[in-house]
Amino acid sequence: MLEVDQITTRYGAITALHSASLEVRAGELVALVGPNGAGKTTLLNTVAGLLRPATGSIRFEGNDITGTEPARLVRAGLALVPEHRRIFKDLTVEENLRLGGSTASAHDRRERLEEAADLFPVLRTKWTTSAGYLSGGEAQQLAVARALMSNPRLLLLDEPTLGLAPTMVDVVFDLLQRLREQGRTLLVVEQNATRVLQLADRGYLLRTGNIVATGTGADLAADNSLFDSFIGLEAHGREA
Amino acid sequence: MTKLIQTIVDGLGVGSTYALLALGISLIFGVMHLVNFAHGELITVGAYASYFFFLHGGSWWWMPFVIIGSAVLASVATELVAFRWVRNASPFTLLLTSFALERLSHALWQIFVSPKQRAFPKPAWVFNQFKVAGVSFEVMDVVTIAVTAATLALTAVVFKRTLFGISVRGAAEDFDAARLMGVRANRVISGAFAFAGLLAGVAACLILMRSPAAEPSMGSDWLLKAVIAAVIGGLGSFTGAVVGGLVLGLLETLTRAYLPELAVGWDKFSTAVVFVLIAVFFVIRPDGVFKVSHAERV
Repeated sequence: MLEVDQITTRYGAITALHSASLEVRAGELVALVGPNGAGKTTLLNTVAGLLRPATGSIRFEGNDITGTEPARLVRAGLALVPEHRRIFKDLTVEENLRLGGSTASAHDRRERLEEAADLFPVLRTKWTTSAGYLSGGEAQQLAVARALMSNPRLLLLDEPTLGLAPTMVDVVFDLLQRLREQGRTLLVVEQNATRVLQLADRGYLLRTGNIVATGTGADLAADNSLFDSFIGLEAHGREA
Repeated sequence: MTKLIQTIVDGLGVGSTYALLALGISLIFGVMHLVNFAHGELITVGAYASYFFFLHGGSWWWMPFVIIGSAVLASVATELVAFRWVRNASPFTLLLTSFALERLSHALWQIFVSPKQRAFPKPAWVFNQFKVAGVSFEVMDVVTIAVTAATLALTAVVFKRTLFGISVRGAAEDFDAARLMGVRANRVISGAFAFAGLLAGVAACLILMRSPAAEPSMGSDWLLKAVIAAVIGGLGSFTGAVVGGLVLGLLETLTRAYLPELAVGWDKFSTAVVFVLIAVFFVIRPDGVFKVSHAERV
């Protein structure tokens, strides 16, 4: 469904991603793990069209989407829940969701608003509240609900549990499981590596801009080199 | 008391014109981080459009359409020919581009029309007055306030209810996040310029009904006041722009009306007094009344 072929992405003189390749097949949940600064966010942002790769190509459902505008990718069925959620704090919950469904017809948008309210009951209770007043867990649910408004076939999620209380982390992992059961394809960047790999069909380990390991979730979780590269990250995660 | 009421109505009349212009400036700043110093030129465009319209037998019945239409077209055109090409440049480059457009507009009117003022007829009812409970009001002041109120109400509905309005507000807060929602950058920015042009067109109608004349540099004075109003309100805040415009209008008319009584000869300084008050205000609240948390300082 998604084929990333040897992409290199630079910020000015700094190369954040060195010729990275990965593949996501339809219906899979693929985890992308690695320490901070490894280039995970860069990879997702490049796929979603926010960044343009210097070299390499990206294909989505057979079409070349390298350097395509995010607005067109959303229409093609690919959505990103960005790092730090980036919900619109000045807009109400409902307005955030409507904007998420801006590519849908008015009829579909109304239907999906109802679905979102059913899927995330907590959002229904805050429907007309400014999103800036939501708690971290509520904001994360809004960020996912907002991305689902475009009814994507491939959903990219960047650190969906970052900064959440442990009970909310459980809610988010349940949600990932449910989305997969709905038949959506997911590519997830997660700091909580062990846990996401247990859930994932396959995983990729990214370190200093390179894909250094790949395999089934269980294989990667058992891999020693993976564990080594995470010691730093897990300690860091606790500090933050 | 009568004088105070009249002064306040006058102030709201002037202030609402500032508010419409300031709202356009704040809107463009929101989506592009551009303080558009060429925004006042939309008034000039409206004025010359009216002048030529009258030369060819036009009447005031069709004027609002001519003025607003020309302002909208001019606003969208400036984005297409100038700002689109420097969209991702630094705020300073954007600012310089808008200055260049402003200068260019002055020069073009001077060269191709005339450096002198070109007058055209005013609507017959403009300086009529009427009395309510012994206080006389100008019809034009009431028209100004009513038209502004209606325009602001329309603006509120557009920004609260329509997908376009929500897209503009979302893009103003986080442009990349809006792109991830499927908002097309070109479309939302063009739309914002069109809407800012509409607001400037309404302001131009109100200005031209009072003083029906076209002059190459006429936009600049209004622009300066409108930028001040937008900054008083907090650049990027739509409510702030409206409040800033009304406050500035009231401040101006009140100082003009009451300073002479306090100190003979000071009336000449009413503009200076306003600017001093504004300077003091910015020392106290540098971000304006309605601070916009996500706006970058320019």
